[in-house]
Amino acid sequence: MDAQTQQDLFEYTLRLGDDALTLGHRISEWTSKAPFLEEDIALGNIGLDFVGRARLLLTYAGEVENLGRDEDQLAYLRDIRQYRNLLICELPIGNFADTMARQLLVDAFELPYFQALSQSSDRTLAGIAGKAVKEAQYHLRHSSGWVVRLGDGTEESHGKMADALSKVWGYGPEMFITDEVEQRLVDAGIAVQREELRDGWQAQIERVLEEATLAVPDVSWQVDGGRRGEHTEYLGHMLAEMQFMQRAYPGLQW
Amino acid sequence: MKTHNSSIEHLQAEFDARIAEDAKIEPKDWMPAAYRKTLIRQISQHAHSEVIGMQPEGNWITRAPSLRRKAVLMAKVQDEAGHGLYLYSAAETLGMSRDQMIADLQSGKAKYSSIFNYPTLSWADIGAIGWLVDGAAIMNQVMLCRCSYGPYSRGMVRICKEESFHQRQGFEIMLTLAQGSEEQKAMAQDALNRWWWPSLMMFGPPDSESANTEQSMAWRIKRQTNDELRQRFVDQTTPQADYLGLTIPDPDLKWDAEAGHYQFGEVDWDEFWQVVKGNGICNRDRIRQHVKAHEDGTWVREAAQAHAERKAAAAEAA
Repeated sequence: MDAQTQQDLFEYTLRLGDDALTLGHRISEWTSKAPFLEEDIALGNIGLDFVGRARLLLTYAGEVENLGRDEDQLAYLRDIRQYRNLLICELPIGNFADTMARQLLVDAFELPYFQALSQSSDRTLAGIAGKAVKEAQYHLRHSSGWVVRLGDGTEESHGKMADALSKVWGYGPEMFITDEVEQRLVDAGIAVQREELRDGWQAQIERVLEEATLAVPDVSWQVDGGRRGEHTEYLGHMLAEMQFMQRAYPGLQW
Repeated sequence: MKTHNSSIEHLQAEFDARIAEDAKIEPKDWMPAAYRKTLIRQISQHAHSEVIGMQPEGNWITRAPSLRRKAVLMAKVQDEAGHGLYLYSAAETLGMSRDQMIADLQSGKAKYSSIFNYPTLSWADIGAIGWLVDGAAIMNQVMLCRCSYGPYSRGMVRICKEESFHQRQGFEIMLTLAQGSEEQKAMAQDALNRWWWPSLMMFGPPDSESANTEQSMAWRIKRQTNDELRQRFVDQTTPQADYLGLTIPDPDLKWDAEAGHYQFGEVDWDEFWQVVKGNGICNRDRIRQHVKAHEDGTWVREAAQAHAERKAAAAEAA
């Protein structure tokens, strides 16, 4: 592997790892707060899938980088400007509708994304993606089920679901940006071209929203920046909490 | 009337015979009202303990010191939600609805294990809970695998398998700390200092003062007394503390070779009753968080119900 590809692959794997870690951390914040016990278990499962995926990806990123950093050094010892996740993954959990709206957007993207990535010429990424496909199938069934139930539930839940979608909608387009780093990896048969998934994603979301008696949000704003380390203010607080132990007691084994 | 009395007597005799021959009582079997009531109280309290117990441990999920620890802790807390679910189902077989059990928890009518009214202040507390609190819970649950009520006994068999994994991971956290830096050792010792006595209290009041033990033993709901289980726990845990190089905070703790047991000091039952009565650091917060999650989720549960009803109506019309 040439130096450019190695650097790109590190960056790419880190991005996917950070997506999984920040979202998994957010979902874990639901512990003991779900609307009922079965849902505590479901969210626990989903959060664990993301944290487990983050561990595989960050471990691999450290191997590719080859500077001796392990999953924990990458997770706990980088500050906000070095984090590379999509903004949508770091947003606070909000209420249950906010969490499900975010999940629907992410899950509907991840399923085809990881299906494609499971064909990657990089065997480690292909393996991680293969596992992620099975998880994403369940995640999407879970989130679309809830969006339908809440959209087509009561007047109150319909209003909350519509509001949640309009708050998260503008974070969706960032998922479809393929920058130079990823384009080089797409050309090398390693990464997945994101733009190509957009129409299928849009159609999938529209099917769910139609069943949920919800309209596609009419919002004109959209933001991006996570891949460049330009984040919302929320992420700094998440990292302060998540990294507390490693920062307060540096260099120890736990 | 006479026929009725004699049939009750007959049923009671049949029940007593089943208990005597160690057969299981199943949901549809006749059982004395007091047996049913005792089981509902005990199983629902056990379920509530699993559910409330998610809070002190959940308190460290977002601050776990490594990704491996984070994942293991998430899995553990999720297991506890699962245990809560089996136990609510077991209690429901006795005719008590989950909604009613939750209402009783939130009103304070039903209790949960008082140990969860203590705060988790440091990461070592997560180790101590796994090692000591789950260790104490297992003593009790292993016994309950042989409980006379079938659904409870079967639920316990399943729960015990997961709990022994929890205890091992707790011990492993303590071991890592005990072999770590001076700060980590101090953190582990401090956690042991704070969790030791409350763990001994988990077995309940001494036999001489336990209102329920005798009847529960006769019904074979319990197989060992509070004091017997407490002694087993001390006997098992003391060598583990030695292995960790930690000191159990009890100056009276010593090996009694003749008895083959450790002797230990007097539990502060005043503290136990104070915490049971609401004067622990976290009592109010635990219930408040449970109520808040429940109330915040009301609109979600209502929506799910409304949607399900609409779907059912549409299916019927079609």
